[in-house]
Amino acid sequence: MLNWLRRPKYGSIERRDTPAGLWTKCPKCGALITTKELERNLKVCPKCGFHHRLTAEERLAVTLDENSFEETDAHLISGDPLRFEGYPEKLAEAHEKSGNPDAAIVGFGTIEGYRTAIGALDFPFMGGSMGSVVGEKITRIAERAVEAHLPLVVFSASGGARMQEGALSLMQLAKTSAAIARLHDARLPYLSVMCDPTTGGVTASFAFLGDVILAEPGALIGFAGRRVIEQTIRRKLPDNFQAAEFCLEHGLIDMVVPRPELRATLARLLRFFGAPRVAATPPIATAGPAEATSTAVTATAGSEDV
Amino acid sequence: MVTVLPERDREAEARAAALERQLAEVQREIAVHRPRAEKDGAEADVLRALEARAAELREALMQMPIAWNAVALARHPQRPKAQEFLAALIDDFTELHGDRLFRDDPAIAAGVGWCEGRPVVAIAPYKGKDTRENIAHNFGMPYPEGYRKALRVMKLAEKFGYPVLSIVDTPAAFPGDAAEERGQAEAIARNIQEMTRLRTPILVVITGEGGSGGALAIAVGDVVLMLENAIYTVIPPEGCAAILWRDATRAREAAAALRLTAADLAALEIVDEIVPEPRGGAHMDPDRAFATVRDALRRHLTALDAIPIDDLVRRRYDKYRRMGYYEERP
Ligand SMILES: [Zn+2]
Repeated sequence: MLNWLRRPKYGSIERRDTPAGLWTKCPKCGALITTKELERNLKVCPKCGFHHRLTAEERLAVTLDENSFEETDAHLISGDPLRFEGYPEKLAEAHEKSGNPDAAIVGFGTIEGYRTAIGALDFPFMGGSMGSVVGEKITRIAERAVEAHLPLVVFSASGGARMQEGALSLMQLAKTSAAIARLHDARLPYLSVMCDPTTGGVTASFAFLGDVILAEPGALIGFAGRRVIEQTIRRKLPDNFQAAEFCLEHGLIDMVVPRPELRATLARLLRFFGAPRVAATPPIATAGPAEATSTAVTATAGSEDV
Repeated sequence: MVTVLPERDREAEARAAALERQLAEVQREIAVHRPRAEKDGAEADVLRALEARAAELREALMQMPIAWNAVALARHPQRPKAQEFLAALIDDFTELHGDRLFRDDPAIAAGVGWCEGRPVVAIAPYKGKDTRENIAHNFGMPYPEGYRKALRVMKLAEKFGYPVLSIVDTPAAFPGDAAEERGQAEAIARNIQEMTRLRTPILVVITGEGGSGGALAIAVGDVVLMLENAIYTVIPPEGCAAILWRDATRAREAAAALRLTAADLAALEIVDEIVPEPRGGAHMDPDRAFATVRDALRRHLTALDAIPIDDLVRRRYDKYRRMGYYEERP
């Protein structure tokens, strides 16, 4: 199901098909950086540290050990249960644009050798919105984690519930939350990572139910949208409102972790909570985040071609 | 898994839209003639005829099978409020206050009482009957502390094995900065999760507005009843129209597209039973509306009694597990 040709190499975000002469402008500091350099830097601006959004595939690629990902439930496809005008066209367009059948990729893999169930939402696919397919995939991977007695790591990036599936989308909040409860009952760790942006229905379900909740710097995290809140309270909100750092300060999440340190942080937590280690991987240095990661990336990114 | 809903009755929607336009035109004429009618007898006759015509059109519109009628009735200012349902269904209600963490949220009431002769724990968002009351109860839009209070009393119900009765009528969880700072999303997520595994029966009655996650946070249950003209939606029709067409005034179309009526929700297997309302809506005869809900509750309370708790919790999981619609292509 995945578009393997467009897929980046594991342990790296660098795409083989990125032309050398391409430049990307940082939306935060305005610096022009070659796209190649940005990809090599895990899409973190080397000038100001701005974290560019990653697709679900890129997310898995920078998180998992090379060649370790086994996708599950790739064949789930959205229908149009409400006969909602324009929805099938929107789905087709999103599929075309992202190469994915819907807004979540789930499966199993290893992080620094620690085996885990894993899921990532794909923001480019209709804003990472949760309809029946996303809800079902998260539920299935949680259930599979229980069966396999493995931890679960989920990367969220979503605008919320998918309007075009009406109340069925809303019910995915209940379905996924119930499945996460089973993980807790089985005393298996669930690590939730909130990426930019994680809002609405996804926050009001599995994203906020992690044993440990991590977030990337600057990620927008919140239930209600800024505009709706401003209209309701008739006041302008501060710039940092609902930013990951704001959430940390208000006690809503456990930590804000820069992308270059995320893989090592997850591995450390997985190890602590007793995830099985199935393979030895090259050690990752702990000093100097950006430097350390580029070393690690070089070490793990081979000539993998799937 | 559910099947795809049947096509909407677009012909009825078009006829309703035509009636709407005629009604708007008659109302414009009424506005023109009203000031003249005071002095002029002939003008007064014209005005009477126009008003009769408007009433006729309104009645015809009400008979149309369109989603907007449910939206209008669910939000009708005279519609019995959740607290009135609570007062009618629960005897000797003792309200309990506060989440033990921050404050007592006036947008949601929780407490203990007797329903059909048995002890229950009850939850109901609080909408006001007038502006002053509405402001005092924040228009029935809870803060995180409201949801945490609800969860606290649900845990109390679990401790004693008493059923939870949740009466749902809320437009939304309150979208405010303080609500976000105190973890609105976490509070909703926590409630939803705990309700999926609470070891005591949960009965839910959606009496008015079921507004998205803010409603679901008190609406996961073994039995979910929905009044005939209540609505239950992932996004308010105005918000949906604003996103889809950048035009909040097209809420009527959005209401139709969202499939938010009791009949739609029953077809999607999200609600278990539709509770019929008196002709013209629950506000036309509140006592009859209360009695109908009471009958349904009695029946379900008895049925739930017979189910061992382990089976009940497993059945609840399976019920929500099935919700959704997708295709699997190898
Ligand atoms: Zn920058």
